[in-house]
Amino acid sequence: MKTYLEPEFIVERNDDRCIRCKVCVNQCTYETHYYDEEDDQVLSRDENCVNCHRCVVFCPTHAITIKPNPTRYTENWNWSDEAIFTLKKQAESGAIVITGMGCDKPYLTYWDRILIDASQVTNPSIDPLREPMEIQTFLGAKPDRLEMEYNNGDIVLQTELAPQLTCETPIMFTALSYGAISFNVHTALARAATEFGTYMNTGEGGLDEQLYKYGDHIIVQVASGRFGVHAKYLDAGAAVEIKIGQGAKPGIGGHLPGEKVTEDISRTRMIPVGTDALSPAPQHDIYSIEDLRQLIYALKEATDYTKPVSVKIAAVHNSAAIASGMVRAGADIIALDGVRGATGAAPKVIRDNVGIPIELALASVDKRLRDEGIRNHASVVAAGGIKSSADVVKAIALGADAVYIGTAALVALGCTVCQGCHTGKCPWGIATTDPWISRRVNPDIATQRLVNLLRGWSLEIKEMMGGMGINAIESLRGNRDRLRGVGLTDTELRILGIKMAGD
Amino acid sequence: MSPIANLNNTYGDDKVHDACGLFGMMDRSGRLFDAEEPVKAIINMRDRGNGLGGGFAVYGIYSDFKDDYALHIMYLNPEPKERAEALLAENFNVRRSEQLPVDSSARVVRPPIIWRYFVSPKADRLHGQPTDDFVVANVMRINTETGGAYVFSSGKNMGIFKGVGFPEDIATYFRLKEYRGYMWVCHSRFPTNTPGWWGGAHPFNILDWTVVHNGELSSYGINRRYLEMYGYNCTMQTDTEVLAYALDLLRRRQNLPLHIAAKILAPPLWEEIAEMEPKERRLNMALRQTYGSLLMNGPFSIIAARQGEILGLTDRIKLRPLTAAVQGDLVFVASEEAAIRCVSPKLDRVWSPLGGEPVVGRLKGFEIEEIATPVIR
Repeated sequence: MKTYLEPEFIVERNDDRCIRCKVCVNQCTYETHYYDEEDDQVLSRDENCVNCHRCVVFCPTHAITIKPNPTRYTENWNWSDEAIFTLKKQAESGAIVITGMGCDKPYLTYWDRILIDASQVTNPSIDPLREPMEIQTFLGAKPDRLEMEYNNGDIVLQTELAPQLTCETPIMFTALSYGAISFNVHTALARAATEFGTYMNTGEGGLDEQLYKYGDHIIVQVASGRFGVHAKYLDAGAAVEIKIGQGAKPGIGGHLPGEKVTEDISRTRMIPVGTDALSPAPQHDIYSIEDLRQLIYALKEATDYTKPVSVKIAAVHNSAAIASGMVRAGADIIALDGVRGATGAAPKVIRDNVGIPIELALASVDKRLRDEGIRNHASVVAAGGIKSSADVVKAIALGADAVYIGTAALVALGCTVCQGCHTGKCPWGIATTDPWISRRVNPDIATQRLVNLLRGWSLEIKEMMGGMGINAIESLRGNRDRLRGVGLTDTELRILGIKMAGD
Repeated sequence: MSPIANLNNTYGDDKVHDACGLFGMMDRSGRLFDAEEPVKAIINMRDRGNGLGGGFAVYGIYSDFKDDYALHIMYLNPEPKERAEALLAENFNVRRSEQLPVDSSARVVRPPIIWRYFVSPKADRLHGQPTDDFVVANVMRINTETGGAYVFSSGKNMGIFKGVGFPEDIATYFRLKEYRGYMWVCHSRFPTNTPGWWGGAHPFNILDWTVVHNGELSSYGINRRYLEMYGYNCTMQTDTEVLAYALDLLRRRQNLPLHIAAKILAPPLWEEIAEMEPKERRLNMALRQTYGSLLMNGPFSIIAARQGEILGLTDRIKLRPLTAAVQGDLVFVASEEAAIRCVSPKLDRVWSPLGGEPVVGRLKGFEIEEIATPVIR
């Protein structure tokens, strides 16, 4: 069938600069570039290009520029280029259109409509370069009160706190499954989390035994496919997370194409080489809130009540009520993943149309748990499109205890959010299991880049807190008075629980 | 839970910003003394106020009614008074009800109507609730439901006198020279907003607890939201109000010792906790993990008082001043040493407590049960 799809991108090569070194040819895993020996020229197949910038970055003479194809369909707000392109693609494949990363639609990013307060005159700002600034965060259930006994002037604490995760910064690496991303990336995430004193989440593909030594800084995930879940795996982690849903694809399970299931993946996931790893849409032992309670307590039993159990859901319309049920079912941590949360592979139609923005879900969940007087009983972790330290500060002020970052961490490793993760050909060596391509991520350098990201954001968070006159993160958490909205409707402000700037 | 629109701050300000002068004085022997010295001391810190608020909490003044809750209630107009009194009549035996005696020649701005009531809860209205909780609930109702009534104080054998003016004018207005107490807590206010709002003056009170405060809590938003989970409605939107409620929660409802409550409001740094002995470390970690939302961040110095007990405390990095002194049976806590020296030039001991280090004064022989069996609720 002749394809009617036109190239999305045009590769321009400045021939005066090109030295025929063929780095681009070797780097492009989509075979966009090729060398024509007869003419001694490097040429491009524009239709293969995904705009990942691998060739642009590695071209030693900066000879390459990638441009969006300037040839557009006739302008039409409804029948946009994207709509026409997707339709043609579908007509040629007869399949669900699959894509990678998070929703790219211009639904409002509320972070960018929220501004942060600072101290002036009546309240001094605090200088984090010269004074302590505490961002240590503990995740897990907290009691409503502490019981003490008074014994001859000695205070004896009677309350035993539930197990807690200790984060040196309120930022964790979100669930990125082994198989969706390479072993080297999993390794770098585990090492960076360990080095900085935070946590990485295994995602639903299990954990390679070589990484068990980083277990004190790993949250092991249990998803509907139960891939790689066994007693040793549960023991290896510092916490266990039940994955009900994810922001990129609420209502459906994880998909790992068979092409990515290599020998190593097969061993860790406990499935045959080359088979698709399709997680069922629901957890088949959880059809109701009381079933969730059973799984939470089954996992607590399995881990001797020594680890917090987290439950992760996609942010959906009814998140607040669901979260309340989750806390009552015994979850120690609630992870909320908003509509911009990313994925290695998801149906485009679901990624782009299902779920709600994390800011709204977070605000309503935090409020609901407070209204019911159960906010202490679980920590709340927000995820889905958090792209800067300012987003982290805003999330915490809205009510989150900590955030998960995924895309931001991958961008630190080279990802350019080209949305081609599902192809398994990630030229940056991230979203791939191809042994040849994965070698592009050097675990030492990748660890350093991730630690740098955490350090940079943490310093920025401290600067912002200092400016607000706050020197402990617990005074920022849920402190919505220090946020103001711009360009938002009354309803949006009400749901976010913040005032309009100037008010 | 707490409808955010239920405010009693008619100016609708986001939050009151204050800088202030504080003075507290207690005779540990329980001897009653008059207003002369406390007023003299607070006048001495005139630069710390701007005439937009002054107030006094006096303990030990109503010994004739010492078993009744003494309610001082401010009314903006007559309608809320009718509603509040109906609510009182329904829930309490009102032993006495009268307008607070005032000297209308005093230099004060637009004084509201202020009444005092001596009440005890009606047994059949309690439904098993502890009487203190019942009183708190009714104070919250008066503050939020009557539209223009505000309870200045609700403790036993104590009262709060406050309003717009310099402290000495407030003292004149309320004829304070006619009262004698064993403990006086005074406040001179320098607000940056809410001019002319009598409800915004300090001290703030709930039941026995009185708080005067200098500073601005950068953590106010979360302190308030945490307290709302425990049924406290912060209708005045002032920092001081959350301090009063936090102390009520920790001290009365959860029976935590005063120095533990002080550790919750102004906790040690994590790096200090890391250096502690294991037992102490475990306690301090648990306190911060459990009560992090009650950490009072940003600059503050406070004097908190209740029957038989006075507490001076600053934020943990001491962004506002506080000085303490002892002379014989007298305990002083004040923003400035000069204020103390002005009423007691000779002092046995005077010191500036470190950030977060509580100063606690107690009546001699006054039994305070540190840890009673917690009330089950």
